[in-house]
Amino acid sequence: MSGNVVRLLEHLDEPGLAEIDTYERLGGYRALRKALFEMDSESILAELKGSGLRGRGGAGFSMGMKAGFMPQGTMDKYLCCNADESEPGTFNNRVLMQRNPHLLIEGIVIGAVAAGANKAFIYIRGEYELQAGILERAVAEAYDKGFLGEDILGSEHSVSLVVHRGAGAYICGEESALLDSLEGKRGNPRLKPPFPANRGLYQGPTLINNVETLCNVPAIITNGADWFKQLGTEKSAGTKVVSVSGSVQRPGNYEVVLGTPVREIIYGLAGGPPEGRTVKAFFPGGSSAPVLTGDDLDLTYDFETMAEAGSMLGSGAIIVIDDSQPLVPLALRLAQFYRHESCGKCTPCREGTNWTVKMLERIDAGEATPMDLEIMAQVQTNIIGNCLCVLGDSMAMPIGSMIAKFRDEFERHIEQARERNEAALAEPLGAGELAASGFSGPA
Amino acid sequence: MSRDASLSRDEALRGDRTIASARNVASTKPSVGSGWDRPADLTKDPAIVPQLAETPVPEHLRVEIEGYMARYPERRSAVIPALHAAQRVHGWCSPEAMRQVAAVMRVTPAYLSSIASFYDMLNEEPVGRHAIYVCTSVACHLSDAKRVFDAIAEAGADLEDTQIREFECLGACDMAPMASVDGRYIGPLDVSDAHEIIAAVREGRAPLPGRGLEDSDQRVPDRGGA
Repeated sequence: MSGNVVRLLEHLDEPGLAEIDTYERLGGYRALRKALFEMDSESILAELKGSGLRGRGGAGFSMGMKAGFMPQGTMDKYLCCNADESEPGTFNNRVLMQRNPHLLIEGIVIGAVAAGANKAFIYIRGEYELQAGILERAVAEAYDKGFLGEDILGSEHSVSLVVHRGAGAYICGEESALLDSLEGKRGNPRLKPPFPANRGLYQGPTLINNVETLCNVPAIITNGADWFKQLGTEKSAGTKVVSVSGSVQRPGNYEVVLGTPVREIIYGLAGGPPEGRTVKAFFPGGSSAPVLTGDDLDLTYDFETMAEAGSMLGSGAIIVIDDSQPLVPLALRLAQFYRHESCGKCTPCREGTNWTVKMLERIDAGEATPMDLEIMAQVQTNIIGNCLCVLGDSMAMPIGSMIAKFRDEFERHIEQARERNEAALAEPLGAGELAASGFSGPA
Repeated sequence: MSRDASLSRDEALRGDRTIASARNVASTKPSVGSGWDRPADLTKDPAIVPQLAETPVPEHLRVEIEGYMARYPERRSAVIPALHAAQRVHGWCSPEAMRQVAAVMRVTPAYLSSIASFYDMLNEEPVGRHAIYVCTSVACHLSDAKRVFDAIAEAGADLEDTQIREFECLGACDMAPMASVDGRYIGPLDVSDAHEIIAAVREGRAPLPGRGLEDSDQRVPDRGGA
C-alpha cells in the first residue's frame, strides 16, 4: 500500500487558501450546501458512522457514534472543536488551521448540523497566536457570506462560532477540562459520567471533536462513506496527518494512509535519523504513548496495530529517538513536563509525577540503585487508572515502557553516574574547588 | 485596603505602571506553581466584587472586556480573554489589573487570581511585558534545546521588561529547537542565534526575519520537504 496521499493536505500550498474566495473556488463549502439541502441530520450521521472516521485527537473513538450520543430536543446544544494541541511532538492541527481554516469551519458547521448543535466554539491554545488570528479572520468571512450565524444560507439551521484562546495549560486538551476552562474556570477535569454528550458545556449536551477529525467531515459528505473507507484498514479508515519530529532528517507533517508501515514514514518520508544513526526508540502517538523500539519499525501505523503492540496512535505524532540519545535525561524531561502540567486535582497524578521526577533526578545524578527502578516502575503502576483523567497515565505509560524495554540502559546510567561520583570523591578537593562547590565549612 | 492603594488614579488609568525590577526569571527547570509556599495575608480585608463606579478602568479595556463577555452564553467564559487584555495593558496581572477586570466582570479578584495562577501565559508577577518562550520539551530536547535556552538567557540577562523562560511543547517540533518571541514562532535555532534574537527584542523588531513560522510552513509530502 502506498503511504503517501493527499486528502486533507490537498491545496495546502495554494496561495491565499485561508481566504474564503480561494477556498470556495477550489470547491469549498459545497459539502455544507449538500449537507444543508440534500441531507438531514440522520443521513449526515449515518454517513459519518458508515465512514468509520475515528477521532484524531487521541482516544480514537468513532466520530459518528459520538455525535449520535447527542440527545434530541430543542435546548441549546454545543459543539467544541478541541484545538488545544499541546501533546509534545504534535503539530498537525496547527498546519491545518494555519493553511486551511475554512476547511475546519465547514467541518464544524456540518458537524453541528449533524449533532443538532447551535453554538460552536474553537478552543485554541493561547500560544497559537498566528493561527488564532487566521481563524478569527476566517470566521468573520464565513459570517459575512452566511455560512455561519442565523438561518445559514436560508436553511433554518443556525450555528454561531467563537474562537476561544486558551492561556497555556496542557490539561485543557482533556475534553472535560477544556469545558471547565471554556466556562471560565481552572482547567480541572470532571468526573465522568455524566459524559459531555449529556452534560457538557454550561451543563448542556456537547460534542467535542479534534481539529483533524472535523477537517475530514466535508470530504466524507461530498464523496460518501465508501470513498473514505477505500483507504486505510478495516478498523482504521482514511488517512492521518502524522507529525514526525525528533531525530529525523526531514521533520514535518506527512499525510499517510492508515496502515502504512512505520518504517516508510520514518525513513521514506521523514528521511530517517541522521547519517550513521539508527532508530533506538520512538513514540508512535505523542509523548504520552508508550515507546516502541527499532524492532517495531515494520509494524503498520494504524489504531489496532499500535494498540496490539502495547502503545497507541494517540495524536498521530511520531517522535524518533536515535541511538546517540541517552534515555534517562529524556525520561526526566518527559516527567518534568507532566509534573508541570498536572492540574493537581488527583493525588496519584500530582504526587506520582513529582516523585517520578525526583527519582529520575537521583538516577541521573548517580544517587540511585537499581532497586529505585523497581520503585519507580511501581509508582507508575499506581498512577494508571487511578485518576479522573489520563494525564498521570500519560506519564506513567511511556516511563514504565522505557524502564521495561531499556532497563539495561537505565542500570548502566546509574552505574556510570555512580562511578563518576566516586572518582570525583577520591580526588582531594583544592581550596578553589571547595569554594566553588559552595562548601563553607561547619557553621 | 489593599497594597496598591497608593497607586494614583492617573497611573491606574494609563495602566503603564512601571514594572519594577522586571528581571527575567530564567529558571533552570520548569517551575512548579508560583506562590505555592506563600502564606495568605490575613490582615487584608476580604476581597469583594469591586464597584465599577469606584474603580478606575481604562475605557478601551472596559469596552474590550465587555465585548468578550457578550460573546458567550455566560459572562464568566470571558475570564481568560479579559485577563489577557488586562495583561496587555498593565504588563502583568497586577492587583490593580485584577481589580479592574473584577469590576467589569463582576467577580471577585480572588476568583481571577485562581485563574491567573493556573495558566502559564498569565503572570501574577511583574515578569515583563515581552515574553521569550524557549521550548525545551521532548522533541526540542532531542535537538539540544537546553543549550539554546541557556544561550538566550545569558545573552538577555540584562534585558529589561522581558520574560525569558523555558516552555513546554509549543507545537512546532518541525522547527526544533524553537522559541516563541511575543507570540511569533522562530526556528530552527542555534546557540549562535541568541545574540541576534536578544538584539532584535532590545530594538523592538521581529527577530530572525524569514525564519518565522509564518514565512514557511511547507514540508508537505512530495513537495520538497526540508
